[in-house]
Amino acid sequence: MDIGALKKVSDYEWHIPQSGNMRVPGIIYASEALLRDMDQKVYEQVVNVATLPGIVQASFAMPDAHWGYGFPIGGVAAFDPDQGGVVSAGGVGFDISCGVRALYTGLRVEDIEPIKERLADLLFRKVPAGVGSTGRVHLNRQEMDAMLAGGAQWAVERGYGTPADLNRIEERGCMKGAKPECVSDLAKKRQQDEMGTLGSGNHYLEVQQVAEIYDQRIAEALRLHPGDILISIHCGSRGLGHQIGTEFLKKMAIAAAKFGIALPDRELACAPIESEVGQEYLGAMRAAINCALANRQIITHLVREAFSEIFPQAELPLLYDVSHNTCKVEEHRVNGHSKRLFVHRKGATRAFGPGHPDIPSDLREIGQPVLIGGTMGTASYLLVGTPQGMTLAYGSACHGAGRSMSRHQATRQWKGQQVIQDLARQGILVRSPSYRGVAEEAPGAYKDVSAVVDAAEHAGLAKKVAQMRPIVCVKG
Amino acid sequence: MEHGAIPRWEHFPHDADIGVRGIGTTKAQAFEQAALALTAVITDPQRVDPKEERRFSCEAPDDELLLVDWLNALIFAMAHEHLLFSRFDVTIHDHRLEAIAWGEPVDRQKHEPAVEVKGATYTELRVQQTADNEWIAQCVVDV
Repeated sequence: MDIGALKKVSDYEWHIPQSGNMRVPGIIYASEALLRDMDQKVYEQVVNVATLPGIVQASFAMPDAHWGYGFPIGGVAAFDPDQGGVVSAGGVGFDISCGVRALYTGLRVEDIEPIKERLADLLFRKVPAGVGSTGRVHLNRQEMDAMLAGGAQWAVERGYGTPADLNRIEERGCMKGAKPECVSDLAKKRQQDEMGTLGSGNHYLEVQQVAEIYDQRIAEALRLHPGDILISIHCGSRGLGHQIGTEFLKKMAIAAAKFGIALPDRELACAPIESEVGQEYLGAMRAAINCALANRQIITHLVREAFSEIFPQAELPLLYDVSHNTCKVEEHRVNGHSKRLFVHRKGATRAFGPGHPDIPSDLREIGQPVLIGGTMGTASYLLVGTPQGMTLAYGSACHGAGRSMSRHQATRQWKGQQVIQDLARQGILVRSPSYRGVAEEAPGAYKDVSAVVDAAEHAGLAKKVAQMRPIVCVKG
Repeated sequence: MEHGAIPRWEHFPHDADIGVRGIGTTKAQAFEQAALALTAVITDPQRVDPKEERRFSCEAPDDELLLVDWLNALIFAMAHEHLLFSRFDVTIHDHRLEAIAWGEPVDRQKHEPAVEVKGATYTELRVQQTADNEWIAQCVVDV
């Protein structure tokens, strides 16, 4: 990105002054190095989002922002329904409620090392991953609707996990306001064999060890110590979310014209929050959030089953579950007043600061855990929300590393088999149905996740607590 | 882009995802090639035997939305029926598309599918005739 057009406010905060059709300024949180590496399209997209009706304060981009569809990935924008605010399918993304979940295992790295080959094979067998894989939970019409209304709560009621899990999931595992009747038959059909599947692309299931602690007090409150083994699950709402995204992109492109909303890019398709299409999308999108929460809950159950075969005593309680492609109704302070806003986070994680009532009571004092996924060869991070983050970008932080290289470039540079061998030498076992898939996801094809997380911390968006390194990675 | 055999397909880069582009002497041929490029995101189309056929019809207000609808119809069939396609016969009249696609069920050993396509997007979406009278049909797909 050409940083000449940006106004530097601090080393980690850069503004795009309001001009032309922009209703608010753009604000990018990143280091100068990350900013220079960002595609120029991110600048354009931040500016385009700033032109949408009812946008409040600013169009934000997180340190891992990259070129998305309409909205940048790593984009955060809030809209006020009282000011003609809009809801946008492109502002949420195709993989609705894609997110990261972490589980404790109570095990130590020395427990895992001797059996990690067996564990890797077992997890790969138990958790369906990759193109063409199907889950073992098949839902009829009635159960599909119950799942879409109930989310992880539905899954727990069906025996996948325990009620204690729900306390560690955003919305306590059930997104209110979901309307299964707003989800098309095609979307439901596309999902019928996909419950409890990881998917492909950058989705994964990892066995990780806590490698570093940055904040002793918070790590202690979260019961995290170096050498502890955690599980990380990264996936979303599968075919159902993709189909809803596809259908509403088109519906909203048509609706925007009807409502006289000028779109600088068709992909910014949106509709007024109070319109019929807007309400229909919100109902369907919330159902997809429940689908993602139920999906991660079923996968959690499969992981627990696998662990119980090797470690019959092990319990795998839920540490936390975050979603990074959502639109949620939240109360925020704007110009000294509390406002009810529709906050879009696309490739951005909610990161509420200490004391926020939506944080589970036993974690409220430390701030909301923020789980940042890395690549197969690098690290993942656990951060917590900060008080100042609430005023910087509605309590939001980054979501991952973000690609630095196209899939095509990656397959020219690496061979899947070689990537797997190289990682094995570093002690990381990869299991995947596709060598090409592994090559496309090679660690070198991503930006440095540590630089992204450091920028989020320096900008004040969230605070680093721990770094986790992969031991086993099941890749879709 | 003006050089090379016709019809043909190619991929073009996008930050996180990938662009599919079909090039042909007619609009319909460009749509067929774009569909091949879509399969190539997942696997080598030459590995997919055209054993089963599926019929598609789509209608949209303009050619560009028609391309997105066509690719999304294929993406739905691939996801719902676990199929891959390698041969396409497309006809287009007044923004209405009729097509037959031939392919087979995904076989993880035979096809080694790399990645699943979530949806066709409006990013870099173009259906147009070039100065050389070639038709180009392209967009970015989300993977």
